[in-house]
Amino acid sequence: MAKAKVKKVFLDPLGKQNPVFAQVLGICSTLAVTNVLKNTLVMTMGVVFVTALSNFTVSLLRKVIPSRVRMMVETLIIASYVIIVEIALKAFVPDIWRQLGPYVGLIITNCIIMGRAEAFALSNPPGISLVDGLASGIGYAYVLLVIAFFRELMGSGTIWGYQVMGSWWTNWSIMVMPPGAFFMLAVFIWIVKGLLLTNEEKKS
Amino acid sequence: MNSAFFPLAVFFAAVFINNILLANYLGMCSFLSVSRELKTSVGLGAAVTFVMATTSLLNWLVYHYILLPLGLDYLRFIVFIVVIAAFVQLVEMIIERVSETLYAALGIFLPLITVNCAILGVCLFMVIREYDLLSSFTFGLGSGIGWFLAILAMAGIRLKLARARVPRGLEGAGITLIITGMMALAFMGFTGMIRL
Repeated sequence: MAKAKVKKVFLDPLGKQNPVFAQVLGICSTLAVTNVLKNTLVMTMGVVFVTALSNFTVSLLRKVIPSRVRMMVETLIIASYVIIVEIALKAFVPDIWRQLGPYVGLIITNCIIMGRAEAFALSNPPGISLVDGLASGIGYAYVLLVIAFFRELMGSGTIWGYQVMGSWWTNWSIMVMPPGAFFMLAVFIWIVKGLLLTNEEKKS
Repeated sequence: MNSAFFPLAVFFAAVFINNILLANYLGMCSFLSVSRELKTSVGLGAAVTFVMATTSLLNWLVYHYILLPLGLDYLRFIVFIVVIAAFVQLVEMIIERVSETLYAALGIFLPLITVNCAILGVCLFMVIREYDLLSSFTFGLGSGIGWFLAILAMAGIRLKLARARVPRGLEGAGITLIITGMMALAFMGFTGMIRL
C-alpha cells in the first residue's frame, strides 16, 4: 500500500500530471535559458534540488508554521536553498553562472516550487514530500531539456556545444531568440496533449 | 553611455526592446492565467506597473545603502523578496483604508504579485546591469508598462480567439503561447532602435 502510494506520487508528475504541460506552471524563470542545452541542465538541476529540499523542509515544519504567514515562511525556505544553489554554481561552474545571470535567483519565484509546497508538503509527512518534490522537479526538467535540445540543434546546429549538423544546415536563428522558445513549448504541449486526447478517445 | 538621456533610453528599451515578458519570459504564470479577461488584465497590469516601479526604487536603496556596505551581497535574494512582500502588504493595507473602489479593483491582485517573477526579475536585472537610482526607477516603470502592454494585447486577442476554432490539443495554454511567440516576433522589430 505504502509502496504503491510512493510510486504514484513519483510517477504522476512525470506523466499526465506534469507541471509544465498539464498545469503550465513555472516556465518563466527557466524558459529563458533553454537556448543552450548545457545551461538548461545546470539550471534544471538547481530547480530539482530546490523543489525537493524545500518540499522536505516545509513538510518538517508544517505543524509549527502559523497558517497566516505560511507563504512568507515558504518563500524564505525556498530562497535559502536558492542561495545555496547560487553559491555552489558560482564556485564550481563560474562560466555557466555568469551566463545564467539573474535567472538563478528567479528560481525563488518559480511557481512549481511554491505550488508543491502549498499543495503537497503542507499536508503530507516529510519522506513522501521529498519524493513528490523530486518527481515534480524531474518532470519539469525533462520537458525543458527536450525543448533545449531542439532549440540548440535547430538554432545553432550543435548539441552540448558539439557541431552535429553538416555544412548543408542553415541555422534557424529564430530558434535561439525569444520567440523560438514560445513556439517550441507550444508545439511540445500540442503534441503531448494530442497524444493524451487520442488515448482517451480510444479508451472510451 | 552616461548622458542625461540614459534613464529615458532605459525606459524605452524596457517597454519595447527588452520587454520583460516577451524577451525575458518573466511573469508568464500570471500572464497565462489572467489574460482571459480584459478587465482583470487591466487591474493586474496597473498593479504590477505600480509595484515594479516602487520596489525597484526601494530595492536599489536597500542594496546600495544596506547590503553592499555590510558585505551581505549574497543575501540579496532573500532581502529583495522580503522587501517586495512587505511593500505589497503595506500597499494592500493602505488601499483598503483609503479607497473602497480601488481596493475592490486591485485588492485581489496584490497577493498574486509577490510571487510574480517579473518583479523580482526587474530587481535582479537592475543590480546586474549596475543602473543608477534614476535609471533603476525608469527601468522598473518601463518594464511594468511593457508587461501591461503585453497582457492587454493578449487579453484583446483572446477575446477574439474565443470564437475561433482552435485545434483541440492547442486549446488554452498552447495557442496562448503561440500568440505570445508572434507578439515576441513583432516586438523584435524594435531591436536596434536604441543601443544601450
